[in-house]
Amino acid sequence: MSTIFDCRCSEKVGGLFPEIDVPAKGAERLIDPKHLRKQPLRIPDVSEPQVTRHYTKLSKLNFGVDDGFYPLGSCTMKYNPKLNEAMASLPGFAGLHPRSDEGRSQGALQLMFELTGFLRGIAGMADVSLQPVAGAHGELAGMFLFKKYFEMRGEDNRKRILLPDTAHGTNPASAAYAGFSVTEVASDETGMIDLEALDQVLDDTVAGIMLTVPNTLGIFETNILQVTEKVHAAGGLCYFDGANLNSYLGKTRPGDMGADVFHYNLHKTMSTPHGGGGPGAGPIAVSESLAAYLPVPRVRFEDGRYALDWDCPNSIGSVHSFYGNFLVAVRAFAYILQLGDEGLREVSKNAVLNANYLQERLKKTFSLPYDGLCKHEFVVSGKGLADGISTLDIAKRLIDYGVHPPTIYFPLTVKEAIMIEPTETESKETLDRFAEILETVAREAKEDPQLLHDAPTQAPVRRLDQTYAAKNPVLSYPFEEQPQ
Amino acid sequence: MRYIPNTSADQREMLASIGVSSIEELFADIPESVRNRFQPLNLPARSEMEVASVVSEMADRNKPTDAICFLGGGIYDHYVPSVVGNLLSRSEFVTAYTPYQPEISQGTLTAMFEFQTYVCELTGMDIANASMYDGATAMAEAVLMAERTRKRGAVAVPRSLFSHVRRALDTYCWATDIEIHEIGYLPDGTVDLELLPEQLSAVVIQTPNAFGVIESLEGVKDRIGDALLIVSCHPLSLALLQPPGAYGADIVVAEGQSLGLAMGYGGPLLGLFAARQEHLRQMPGRIAGRTVDVDGKTGYAMAAQTREQHIRRHRATSNICTNSALCALASTIYLSSAGSAGLKQLAALNLEKAHYLADGITAIEGYELAFTGDFFNEFIVNVPGNAAVIHDALVQAGFAVEEPQALQSLGLDNALRFAVTERRTKDELDRLIEVLGGSR
Repeated sequence: MSTIFDCRCSEKVGGLFPEIDVPAKGAERLIDPKHLRKQPLRIPDVSEPQVTRHYTKLSKLNFGVDDGFYPLGSCTMKYNPKLNEAMASLPGFAGLHPRSDEGRSQGALQLMFELTGFLRGIAGMADVSLQPVAGAHGELAGMFLFKKYFEMRGEDNRKRILLPDTAHGTNPASAAYAGFSVTEVASDETGMIDLEALDQVLDDTVAGIMLTVPNTLGIFETNILQVTEKVHAAGGLCYFDGANLNSYLGKTRPGDMGADVFHYNLHKTMSTPHGGGGPGAGPIAVSESLAAYLPVPRVRFEDGRYALDWDCPNSIGSVHSFYGNFLVAVRAFAYILQLGDEGLREVSKNAVLNANYLQERLKKTFSLPYDGLCKHEFVVSGKGLADGISTLDIAKRLIDYGVHPPTIYFPLTVKEAIMIEPTETESKETLDRFAEILETVAREAKEDPQLLHDAPTQAPVRRLDQTYAAKNPVLSYPFEEQPQ
Repeated sequence: MRYIPNTSADQREMLASIGVSSIEELFADIPESVRNRFQPLNLPARSEMEVASVVSEMADRNKPTDAICFLGGGIYDHYVPSVVGNLLSRSEFVTAYTPYQPEISQGTLTAMFEFQTYVCELTGMDIANASMYDGATAMAEAVLMAERTRKRGAVAVPRSLFSHVRRALDTYCWATDIEIHEIGYLPDGTVDLELLPEQLSAVVIQTPNAFGVIESLEGVKDRIGDALLIVSCHPLSLALLQPPGAYGADIVVAEGQSLGLAMGYGGPLLGLFAARQEHLRQMPGRIAGRTVDVDGKTGYAMAAQTREQHIRRHRATSNICTNSALCALASTIYLSSAGSAGLKQLAALNLEKAHYLADGITAIEGYELAFTGDFFNEFIVNVPGNAAVIHDALVQAGFAVEEPQALQSLGLDNALRFAVTERRTKDELDRLIEVLGGSR
């Protein structure tokens, strides 16, 4: 792949910014020359047509939801409505400075206030903060809230977080990052939390548990109420990871199941785009007992005006520069407004229908470690399909057929895991086509395994050596290699 | 529902093939007592056109474009070239996930590699990651990284750090039991390193600082022992100023909003994070690296993936997963279209116009710069009379200026902060000076 640094520089660039219209004094007179840059700034001077061609070319090396089926488990790669983008780019939102007076920000504050209300209702919880900007950031903020809660109660013995082995990927790191130690809780043969194993680890050193519902196998923990009851009885708190909210939107609510903190991924459930790895948004909802600790500022509505409230003495403080990813919140707001109550329910219904339909068909070809109802996603295994064939081979071969591979090797509890989440925005036709492709790949695995080992052959590059990048790190452009 | 393609005939066929008679049966595993507890939000379904109208009305209730913006403090009103928004809207970039499958993510990965290169060039550092959430969390992560490296349980932080950065840093340090020693400033507005405590994991310096004053980094590294030097900077100023890397900084962080991002009421933003090579293993976040495919063709992949939380889990260097990839791409396209020549021009425009305004304001009797140190694009003015009253007069006259009480956390009781970008014309600057002159 060539980079912008490989483009030939133009002699004449500029023209983006006007000539200076105040009397110029020169940097040397305005700033002590000792502060001025002495080393060259190696940023190429390239004409706009070159820039446009370069990044257009790069875009074509990518694969997004608009390019085709993207059944990436636990990521909810649903269609991103174009209306959302238009709303986020309205000058009244995009051009608003975060330090603007409240009088000039009433529309933005109103949107935040109303979105907070929608999210509160969706989770069935007491209060919401829009500040965390990613799922893992919501987890971290949630762990900070746990810490504050026990600090306020003087229970400094509670230093452990329980994590089911089917927990979401970032959970352990978030707990550890907030200073908790992590104790894993095994799942039983049905893929759900083992209640006896839970009893054995519950004591007064436990701050709480981080639950993913439905879990990363796509299975709804049928004994979720017993789990949260046991943790509460032991004096602990329950964190619900909301990555899988798409499966029960408009149906049930974490607040009814005993959640004390819950995070949303607006870039999953609420259709805001992933942008190749962000920006997302990870608002958090809390139960009554934690509401006073939410990050500042809070948005209030009093006397017909919206205002930012910084005066929350028990708050954990801030976890972001300002009010979270506001323009992502705008997108989510537009999405919820368009769906309405009925639309929210249709989302989960069709997400779950699509997943079960696909699971039913694929279990004839792939081994299904936990057979039963799934929610919005399910996990099959690539193990035992054919000798010498790994899940990675299967994934890479899917690329040749024009679909994005599912999440692979996760969750860790399933060997050679293939985690499939179709989402509600895919048609039966797409699902059938995907199933056919997977069945073809399974056949190829037995009859012509080299096709899988060699895959992908239809992508911009063939299989990349990912350890090379670790062993011989070239992490920025090596200018010394540039031909003079 | 426009976003759901299944027809009712499809649904019936699918249910039959699963072997159930209704979609409701697929939810039978949810405990009955909570299964249908959802309380409607009382939201009707709306057409796209209706939603566009409701949301546009809200946007119109904000009046950012009615006022001439002199707001700053880390977020600035810069011009974003058309090419940035246009290329950024390509759905191959917008609708892709994190590049877990590098063979079909070369666009994102190549751009990450270019972004890292740009960050290294601007900051003068060896390595950079592919972005953090924003400048504030980048600072918090830098402090946590320094603590992992030195393990002293304490850091020194200047009073002159942006208040929004300090707020987030306070929270992260409280949660991880890191003590913050606040260090003061000298009359010229630069940091006072005289009474630095010993046994620190890091010393933080921001330049230009919250007063707009450019810090002198010369010799700082020698004065702080083996504590890591963390520098927070304004990326645009680095087109003009000697980068922190030249002074031996260990970690450099910045808010990247100035590099082609909308202000967006403060989010999404872009955290820049760079370090010296020796700190690679402790660096949080994703990094793209150059590699080869089986045919020996150059490509890019996420390097050092062992640091990612899905592999090392609770021993990961950070829990960050989703970052600000698309914002990093925006800044990459921005820097590519501006080029080094455009950037230098831009930095000069910001510098000259800020000084023109400062000269004009301080020529009015009673107005003086709060600090004598050099500044780049923003500055603080001590005002005669009541700052709040003067602020109101400026707002009435159509200017957006930060409320003076926002500066109180910096220890400034009766002052105003002005930031100037290339977008401010001489006419606008003159009008501001005129209003201030008349409001005395």
